[in-house]
Amino acid sequence: MGTHAIVVDGLTKRFGDLAALDDVSFEVAPATVFGVLGPNGAGKTTAIRVLTTLLRPDGGRASILGHDVVREADEVRRLIGLAGQSAAVDINLTGRENLRLIGRLSQMRRAAFRRRADELLERFGLADAATRRVREYSGGMRRRLDVAAALVASPPVVFLDEPTTGLDLQSRNGLWELIRELVGTGTTVVLTTQYLEEADRLADRIAIIDQGRLIANDAPAVLKAELGNTVIEIGLVDEPAATKAERLLLDAGKANVERDGDTLRLVARDGSPVLIDALHCLDDVDIRPTALQVRQPSLDDAFLQLTGRHPVERRS
Amino acid sequence: MTSIAVRHALAPTRDVFAITWRNLTVVRRVPRLMVFSTIQPLVFVLLFRYVFAGVASLSLPGVPYVDYLMPGVFVQVAVFGAMNTTIGLASDLQSGLLERFRSLPMARFAVLAGRTLADLARNVLVLALMTVVGFAVGFRTHRGSWLLLGGLVLVLLFGYAMAWVFAVVGLVVGDPESALAASFPIMAPLVFASSAFIPVATMPGWLQAFAAHQPVSVTASAVRATVLGGPTATYVWQSLAWIAAIVAVFAPLGAWRYHRAS
Repeated sequence: MGTHAIVVDGLTKRFGDLAALDDVSFEVAPATVFGVLGPNGAGKTTAIRVLTTLLRPDGGRASILGHDVVREADEVRRLIGLAGQSAAVDINLTGRENLRLIGRLSQMRRAAFRRRADELLERFGLADAATRRVREYSGGMRRRLDVAAALVASPPVVFLDEPTTGLDLQSRNGLWELIRELVGTGTTVVLTTQYLEEADRLADRIAIIDQGRLIANDAPAVLKAELGNTVIEIGLVDEPAATKAERLLLDAGKANVERDGDTLRLVARDGSPVLIDALHCLDDVDIRPTALQVRQPSLDDAFLQLTGRHPVERRS
Repeated sequence: MTSIAVRHALAPTRDVFAITWRNLTVVRRVPRLMVFSTIQPLVFVLLFRYVFAGVASLSLPGVPYVDYLMPGVFVQVAVFGAMNTTIGLASDLQSGLLERFRSLPMARFAVLAGRTLADLARNVLVLALMTVVGFAVGFRTHRGSWLLLGGLVLVLLFGYAMAWVFAVVGLVVGDPESALAASFPIMAPLVFASSAFIPVATMPGWLQAFAAHQPVSVTASAVRATVLGGPTATYVWQSLAWIAAIVAVFAPLGAWRYHRAS
């Protein structure tokens, strides 16, 4: 009990015929980042909404720092901060007013929430815009204010639902840095994302969720070892050429070869020797690739590896 | 009590106050809402006062139409004002702000209470303005200002009750445009098929049955009685009964919708 910040046990939530969460279980250690990865509608947001007391589960249990999210919802609300997918701030208030309102409603003392609001505005690069109405903020600024609002009460557990969606590169990097800082000071962060790279950069543990089911839950290093570090895609003139090349590479002992139409996909732990090898192999029989791509595995690749198919997007 | 215990006991009040403050700030800053709250009622007073006066006075021998009209307009404005409640809640629902509030350790009822209280405060201002304009276009009370003041308090109470009705509409519909569209079919028959502007006796028989007993009519008649005389207590009690019944039904309904809003 005391060793986990979050315990989720057999959580189930249905919306009509749709199993938004299907017997999901996991634990999150304190002062770590738990990355929840999945396509749109996989159940990420439903999971966050159950854990933040906004939605009652149909089955199973979940607790935050030992408090049940259903039976002890009030205690749980004192322990959590939430930044949802939409920027949930009042556009007719100023940035400072928004943060102060959240502080007041989080039962903080006036002096404390005033100080904290200014601290966060500074930290999120919004100090100059503090007295401007949020209506005039850019999308990225609203998003940052929204994340700041989740941190006003300095909660020990913070939920960020796709926090970097819609952020520019600089803001995203700033947010990543901030998340690391939070964890450094003992905060537990649950973060959902559609990007494997983001989860990989930040998370101590990555859970992959697919149509309401947890299909992976591991440290990024373990997951990557399983998924391979590099994806090589070789495009060929047409399908027959691709079929021929596929057979050739399989015969040459390249186990991780998949064909998708006229494109071959190789997943490798160590990219360059595999790539050189494969190209040599094809060159020997005068097959010339028409396209070539070497990249980090994406969520899509992870899904192919884990489920043998592309991720299915569902309406959440 | 220790200071912590006092803080704890006062926390729900603080929450309601914080939400009320926030809603009033928004009304002050959004010109559209201010116009909606002030200009529109004034237009109604001036239009009805001068456009309908000729026709309406035919069925109202002995009473200046403006004295008959103003109590009805007071009630109408209070009912229309409840649209603010609908739009405000629907917007908060759409923007995700309600969800954030629901994730905070604040009093559960504070969001709805703060919303309806802010709209009550706004109604106080609007009614004061309307009263002044009413007097400017010839409205006079026949029974003294204390009774008129009592009548205005009744209007405020009724407006507060209606705010709960439209709070539920806003929470159910969930986006401001549709909420406005959904409110109108509820609002229009209540306001126009009533004794607010025209005596019920002039309406066809089948409509009279509804028009004579529905809450807007009863309240308009009560306020009118405080101005012109007549069976004041009867109407006031009927109106208070409606107000109590509306709040008793719609406040819990609103709280329930709020709890599971998404």
